[in-house]
Amino acid sequence: MEHIRTPKVEQVRLLQRRAGQRKPLLGTLYLSATHTIFVENHPETRRETWVLHSMVSGLERPPGGPTGSQLVLRCKDFRVFHLLFPLERDCVDVHASLTRLSRPESYSELYCLSINPNTNQEEREKSWSLVLPSQDYQRMGLPNNLWVATAANSEYKMCDSYPAQLFVSRWASPAVLMGSSRFRSRGRLPVLSYFHQDTLAAMCRCSQPLSGFSGRSEEDEQMVTAVMKANPGSDFIYVVDTRPRLNAMANRAAGKGYESEDHYGNIKLHFSGIDNIHVMRSSQQRILDVGEQRTPSMSDFLLGLENSGWLKHIKAVLDAGVFIAKAIADEGVSVLVHCSDGWDRTAQACSVASVLLEPYYRTMKGLMVLIEKDWVSFGHKFSHRYGHLDGDPREVSPVLDQFLEVLWQLAQQFPCAFQFNERFLLDLRTLAYSCQEGTFLGNSEKERRSLRLQERSFSVWSRLWREREKYWNPLYRAEQSQTQGVLRPNTTPYCFKMWKGLYSPAETPAPPAQMPVDLLSSVREGSQQLEQELANQQERLAALTGEPISYQKVEVPKRKINQSQLRYSGPDPPTTYSYPITSPAQDHGSSHHAAEPANQKTRRPAAGLSLPLEPPGSGKGRDPDDLSSDLESGVADLSVGDEVIGGQNGEEAGLSSE
Amino acid sequence: MEFAELIKTPRVDGVVLHRPFMPTVEGTLCLTGHHLILSSRQDNTEELWLLHSNIDSIEKRFLGSLGTIIVKCKDLRMIQLDIPGMEECLNIGSSIEALSTLDSVSLMYPYFYRPMFEVIEDGWKSFLPEDAFKDLEAMTDEWRLSEVNRDFRVCTTYPPLVAVPRDVDDDTLRKAAGFRHGGRFPVLSYYHKKNGMVMMRSGQPLTGTNGRRCKEDERLINATLRPGKRGYVIDTRTISVAQQAKARGGGFETEANYPQWRRIHKAIERSNVLQDSLVKLVEACNDQSHSMDRWLSKLEASNWQTHVKEILTTACLAAQCIDREGASVLVHGTEGTDSTLQVTSLAQIILDPACRTIQGFQGLVEREWLQAGHPFGQRCSMSAYSNSKPRHEAPGFLLFLDCVWQVLRQFPCSFQFTEQLLVLLFEHAYASQFGTFLGNSAAERVRLSLPEKTVSLWSWVNRPQEIDHLSNPLYEPNSLVIWPSVAPQSLLLWEGVFLRWNRSPRCQEEAREETVHIIEHNKELQNKVNSLRRQLAQLETQEPPLQTP
Repeated sequence: MEHIRTPKVEQVRLLQRRAGQRKPLLGTLYLSATHTIFVENHPETRRETWVLHSMVSGLERPPGGPTGSQLVLRCKDFRVFHLLFPLERDCVDVHASLTRLSRPESYSELYCLSINPNTNQEEREKSWSLVLPSQDYQRMGLPNNLWVATAANSEYKMCDSYPAQLFVSRWASPAVLMGSSRFRSRGRLPVLSYFHQDTLAAMCRCSQPLSGFSGRSEEDEQMVTAVMKANPGSDFIYVVDTRPRLNAMANRAAGKGYESEDHYGNIKLHFSGIDNIHVMRSSQQRILDVGEQRTPSMSDFLLGLENSGWLKHIKAVLDAGVFIAKAIADEGVSVLVHCSDGWDRTAQACSVASVLLEPYYRTMKGLMVLIEKDWVSFGHKFSHRYGHLDGDPREVSPVLDQFLEVLWQLAQQFPCAFQFNERFLLDLRTLAYSCQEGTFLGNSEKERRSLRLQERSFSVWSRLWREREKYWNPLYRAEQSQTQGVLRPNTTPYCFKMWKGLYSPAETPAPPAQMPVDLLSSVREGSQQLEQELANQQERLAALTGEPISYQKVEVPKRKINQSQLRYSGPDPPTTYSYPITSPAQDHGSSHHAAEPANQKTRRPAAGLSLPLEPPGSGKGRDPDDLSSDLESGVADLSVGDEVIGGQNGEEAGLSSE
Repeated sequence: MEFAELIKTPRVDGVVLHRPFMPTVEGTLCLTGHHLILSSRQDNTEELWLLHSNIDSIEKRFLGSLGTIIVKCKDLRMIQLDIPGMEECLNIGSSIEALSTLDSVSLMYPYFYRPMFEVIEDGWKSFLPEDAFKDLEAMTDEWRLSEVNRDFRVCTTYPPLVAVPRDVDDDTLRKAAGFRHGGRFPVLSYYHKKNGMVMMRSGQPLTGTNGRRCKEDERLINATLRPGKRGYVIDTRTISVAQQAKARGGGFETEANYPQWRRIHKAIERSNVLQDSLVKLVEACNDQSHSMDRWLSKLEASNWQTHVKEILTTACLAAQCIDREGASVLVHGTEGTDSTLQVTSLAQIILDPACRTIQGFQGLVEREWLQAGHPFGQRCSMSAYSNSKPRHEAPGFLLFLDCVWQVLRQFPCSFQFTEQLLVLLFEHAYASQFGTFLGNSAAERVRLSLPEKTVSLWSWVNRPQEIDHLSNPLYEPNSLVIWPSVAPQSLLLWEGVFLRWNRSPRCQEEAREETVHIIEHNKELQNKVNSLRRQLAQLETQEPPLQTP
């Protein structure tokens, strides 16, 4: 609290343009130990805006005008707040306080450690047991006769950024483990990340070898051979170096580098060309700028998107995952993945491949386990990458953002494949940055253990799991074809889109209730209630008639829609001609002519149902005469300014709907 | 008949057909007057029936005696036929080329096509101007239906009946027509029930370099203004293009002569520029070897998305003037048959919920495109793969459909139809068994006896099974004005048309199936619960007999 100079300022104006807001709100600003809180004066709405101090990424004080002093608050979730203070002194005080509060110097200042977790010890302990990497190894059937647990790192002596629990090839002796670890950057030796039970191929991860131009290590070569031996179906493995080839070569000058195919006799090298954290950081800044342009032309936007390079990087990450998944599922060949240190790009590539390979990771729980294992336990440096503490800005980079975005891009191609929706990905990202729970605090398992986080804070997963209702994807069905088996995405450039939900959330004209995900979710919820009511009714009916309860399940057969095929053959054939071949359209009931009544049968609705749908009850604002309230239709205040109308130059008469 | 002369080889055996996302088929290839047919003659296998008029261009390749013909269709699909025998391949190729470029409209397939479905309602009579006027009459008595163009003499591209201000007589209309490009004097396009404001459309005024004026034209459009109110003229051209038009006898409404009107210039491109964009866009979509940078820069260079943005922006502006400013609007470009119609029809999608229903949308296309004289015959005779130099071709209608798709995507629950209706209209505008899109104007349709000799597309669409197929399961009538976002990040590439043949549709279809299923299941439950509720209510009033008097 000693950093708060002014806990309360009145008559402050707040404007959040990215949320589509056009007129500033007038209200009171409060500073607490953990949050900046703005409460609107308006007696009816009294809208509150809460900003966690750890979400603040930047503070600016642009020159003030006659109306007061300005403070711009930039957040890690890309919200931007413009605050206008009547008195300059207040502005200076708030700026100074927030500058300190948003850059905590030690973990103990963070929100997750500032609350008292002992209020509910049982709940806290439960929260940490919800998601454990060990559950995932069990699910994969480990240990087995190919992969075994090793205690070599139980005290984090072999590698301080690895978890205590490691699975390695049965053919690797303790000496080989130690030797290999010594030959790998930061001791990160090849260990198992994912085991494919159908093909027995495995995905392993490590860091770059300390080979330099010609260095080699017998143990490390034996280690790689041991990985290969653990897959009885193949006599070689792929080594996927996720870096661009040039970067990998440059590393040799520093005594690091990559595996030489001459020294490791049984490998095939593949470079994925994912750029480093510094390139990614500035690329994300550029795509953010694209989303924040005030009234860009289409060319400005598309060229900005191209110049940001962001989608190119997203594609590179997905391509790396696709390569690994194909090797494991289609060729049955094991893969060893690394980058430089093996905690950024390696985590991305391994977890993307896992999601493609394994339907379980496309569920909510599965994704949590995957992140807990591949990211948290394997030493992805959350506190450095997401700037939890005041530190080196060059350590910050949107590595997890890219993984989450790949999932979003995949969900665009496979709308029914994921159990969770976009909101889950966005909230997960926010939680990684805000560090409101202990899960993402620190940079390694060792660090977290020494901080005794499990005794001092809650796990992020229980929080997300508790709120799972709002994260369901209504289209997800476990039995659907895209839910099963390996996902094979199309990675042609035109399949990638800008993630609007993250980079340009204001540009969503329809209110949330008009979005299919929300609408379908509420319909499904309604169906559940109806089912409940139906059961009650049947019981009452049985009680009244004295007949035994006959639970009838309402089943609606699913209609097949195969539009492309149905309309594939063009117009229906004529009847006025006789053709050299037997008139096929009339002979085969199953032929594919759009205008054929015969094949319409396949998509007739169930009896008693006919579309178009009738308007369901007259909801609010649906009265046809109530045309006065079209503010609800999304875009507020499209007023045509005089300078727009009548402007001689057509170019400047742009609509104000941006 | 003539077709036989063009068909040198009517059938070839052992032809292999390759299509996107479908297994290859080997079978017999047959050419008829209107179709290219491939049949494997086996039960349950696919056949190909392709209208010659859907073929945009072909490409021949030879490898030894095996010939290959790549057929590029106007709906942007590409199929490949492997034909054994060089002579057969050459013959088939030249026949296809001849048959797909027949000049005479009366040889087109719609004249030969007989429907294999029951026509419930004759589409040629579904959307008559007099019926549309009845709806207007119910709202206002300020407008009348004029027969001044009864015999298409005043304006060759207008229908025989047009709605004009009640107080303006036919003589005035004739004189105003003489002052407007192509005789297209200002007529009513849309009446906004909420505030009585209107949208009109016309051709450009023929002011020329010496600033001609026409009192009757001024009287005509001033008659649409309420006392003391002003209106907006939306000129779809930039000011410099409009200035240049003066040299060719055209021009724009000057402030001096039209003091009650304020003019806004926008920049919607036309004809060749649009055709060029379409060709570039489709080329970019079909090259799958691009890197991300190259794809984005080619997408940008095609300018297609820029056109979409500009058209939508202008339509929003027109809608804004009417709904927010409470002002009437006159829209025109040069001829008033292309960009003008894009703007007036899209503004109605935004303003009028009726246009977002299946029937209403057909009515809109009929009113604002077909009756309004968009020359479909000229504009849609070639698509993106044509090798010949474009003359009058332009994808103006496709751009309109693209814009509708953008709005539909942003308001997924406010439209009664799905994207499928838009794709269907795109296909049929370019090649069809129906006569709806033949010819260039109402006058031509009469001259060609299309209503008597061909079937209307609407006859086919407006059958329960087809309506069902096109219905949006998420539809909930929304009586509000819907304001789409025109920010570039809100406007996407229309995958349903441009990437349709490059990506497997299966996953999206599954999602649609699931959506339909969730909603139908809910309705079925609701029905069941309601019927049980009634049954219970009945039982409960019966069981305890006569407790209350």
